[in-house]
Amino acid sequence: MNWLIKGARIIDPSQHIDGPMDILIEDGKVVKLGQNLSASRKKGITGMDLAGFVVTPGLVDMHTHLREPGFEYKETIQTGSEAACAGGFTSIACMANTNPVNDTRSVTEFILRKAAETNLVNVYPIAAITLQSQGKSLAEFWDLKEAGAIALSDDGKPVLDSAIMRRALEYADSLGLLIISHCEDTSLSSGGAMNEGFPSTELGLPGIPGLAEDIMVARDLLLAEYTRSSIHIAHVSTAGSVRLIRDAKARGIKVTAETAPHYFTLTDEDLRTYDVNAKVYPPLRGKHDVEAIKEGLRDGTIDAITSDHAPHALTDKEVEFEYAASGMIGLETSLALSLRLVAAETLTLSQLIDKMSTRPAMILGITGGSLRPGLPADLTIIDLERSWTVSCEAIRSRSKNTPFLGRNLTGKAVLTMKGGVVTYNELHNCHDHPRHS
Amino acid sequence: MILARKDILGIKELSKDEIVLILDTADSFIEISTREIKKVPTLRGKTVINLFYEASTRTRTSFEIAGKRLSADTINISASTSSVVKGETILDTARNLEAMNPDVIVIRHSAAGAPHMLASMVKQSIINAGDGAHEHPTQALLDMMTIRAKKGRLENLKVTIVGDIAHSRVARSNIYGLKKMGAQVTVAGPATMIPKDIEQMGVNVHSSLDEAIKEVDVIMMLRIQIERQHQNIFPSLREYAQRFCLSKKNISLAKKDVLVMHPGPINRGVEISPDIADGPYSVILDQVTNGVAVRMALLYLLTGGKA
Repeated sequence: MNWLIKGARIIDPSQHIDGPMDILIEDGKVVKLGQNLSASRKKGITGMDLAGFVVTPGLVDMHTHLREPGFEYKETIQTGSEAACAGGFTSIACMANTNPVNDTRSVTEFILRKAAETNLVNVYPIAAITLQSQGKSLAEFWDLKEAGAIALSDDGKPVLDSAIMRRALEYADSLGLLIISHCEDTSLSSGGAMNEGFPSTELGLPGIPGLAEDIMVARDLLLAEYTRSSIHIAHVSTAGSVRLIRDAKARGIKVTAETAPHYFTLTDEDLRTYDVNAKVYPPLRGKHDVEAIKEGLRDGTIDAITSDHAPHALTDKEVEFEYAASGMIGLETSLALSLRLVAAETLTLSQLIDKMSTRPAMILGITGGSLRPGLPADLTIIDLERSWTVSCEAIRSRSKNTPFLGRNLTGKAVLTMKGGVVTYNELHNCHDHPRHS
Repeated sequence: MILARKDILGIKELSKDEIVLILDTADSFIEISTREIKKVPTLRGKTVINLFYEASTRTRTSFEIAGKRLSADTINISASTSSVVKGETILDTARNLEAMNPDVIVIRHSAAGAPHMLASMVKQSIINAGDGAHEHPTQALLDMMTIRAKKGRLENLKVTIVGDIAHSRVARSNIYGLKKMGAQVTVAGPATMIPKDIEQMGVNVHSSLDEAIKEVDVIMMLRIQIERQHQNIFPSLREYAQRFCLSKKNISLAKKDVLVMHPGPINRGVEISPDIADGPYSVILDQVTNGVAVRMALLYLLTGGKA
């Protein structure tokens, strides 16, 4: 498809662009950005007048759980991709904790084949660091990379053994593969159901101290420094982690970090009603942590915002709080929740798009996160004013586990385009008309 | 006055007026248990289900007797004999019980928040008979009833709770209740048994028993669970007893008319010495007697009774 987008505010952090501009797209690629572009003589160019909208490089989520293979009742590559498109994402990286675990070429290939059949988003498999993510023996990193894995993580579980983490960092770095670390000292966290603090004391729920994260972040930073490897810290949730990562960056350690919208939107006070949908790992922390996360985003300590989209079926959640599965979906709410940082002037819109598109693509070393001419036309059209309500009916993910159900949010991806093909479109739904799907 | 709420999930939600209403109602029910024929027809035709997911002798029996003395039909379901072992979820169990139209469901569960979940799912009144380390509202009510009966008031009394506060629902419910009623509350135990930020509940914290019970009106001893030793919350029962056992040696530090309480079951010689448990300061058995009256009061008030 060929498109001429006119009148929109274009934000592309990769080219330091933020302003009104036109974009010409031909044969699925960005051809030109500029003022007053007109369609070339080519046939079949569709014009889009997007005055009042924002156009950004397609959003990139470097931390999702697609649950396939193995947990198709929670999510599939198809339903997860649909949710991603609705959330404005054109590329997503999926974690390895499927069943079987993505620790071998065949699983990586399976995911890529399914994703190609679905063909709604670019799906990038993250393979396991250790076999079955048991933390005992390294997976075949080279073979996994050859098969298409773009990073390594035992996400959901930490690599407890420091010697194995050291070897993983060394071996992966030599292959140019990034290790994404789920930082958790399980001797401090096991049995816990929520953040340890005054709310856990009042609720009588076993606590998980922020320390369980901080200690592992500190260890991993030391290992990365010693081995001179790169490391990426997943789902940062504590003030302690932010401080450690900030110091490490200042000392030149090759570390990048991400957080998820719930860690700067909610606190452990939001568990007062024993809402199982707010049970997540790492757990929602205190106010002080939320402030530190925001500061970390503002000063660049935290590079990326990811959804940590973790679908769970009602049967996994509709049980006693302590027994409920941890995790919440996020692909469809990430953008709106993150836009609140812009409204609060924590980040500029350009900085936000950097953290949700350009930077994650750079960290993973994948195409995307840019509207540079010649690149595939992966882009997201955002209506900053659109007000919408999170509802089970509207959620495209197979699972509906979000504590934001019923919440009114402002700002939404209204059109998503991958390689010049529209993968999601609610552009013409006006505020006062019910949405059709 | 009526109690305008569907459920009793915790003391935290109750107002001072509601607590007074419940205690006054319980006082009026005490006499029934002393009669030759210990039964009144008040709740005839009402059904009370005791759904116990955690072992209990005292609380379950107390609820059962309370229901029967008011002529309610009481049914006991314990996790070991119910469909829980077949893997039925708590919500399915609740929906099934609801379909049989009981009036009140009393639930005890090892998971904090389970009664809240139940209350949001079924239309019947739910009474929390203890959920994890969260709340045990009927225990706190019977404790307050006992103190009030002996001291004539709760206001400005000094109350110290000793033991594993972190794992104690009895401690939490009593802290909420006693603070609302104007008492001063101190908790004591080794630091490993004091939960994070408990000071924010408005209590004093001590790690020395002697310091904690100085000049107090009431001492509540909590049961030490031997299993917790494996979590390294204390090195040994021997050491715990040396530091925190209430005995003749230290009781004199408290006021002369101190009340000694314990929610039971007691570990003689661990948290409390036998001579104290059976001695003149002890109101441990009054607590049990009052427990029946408090539970009668709640069943009565929740089914629409007026005080």
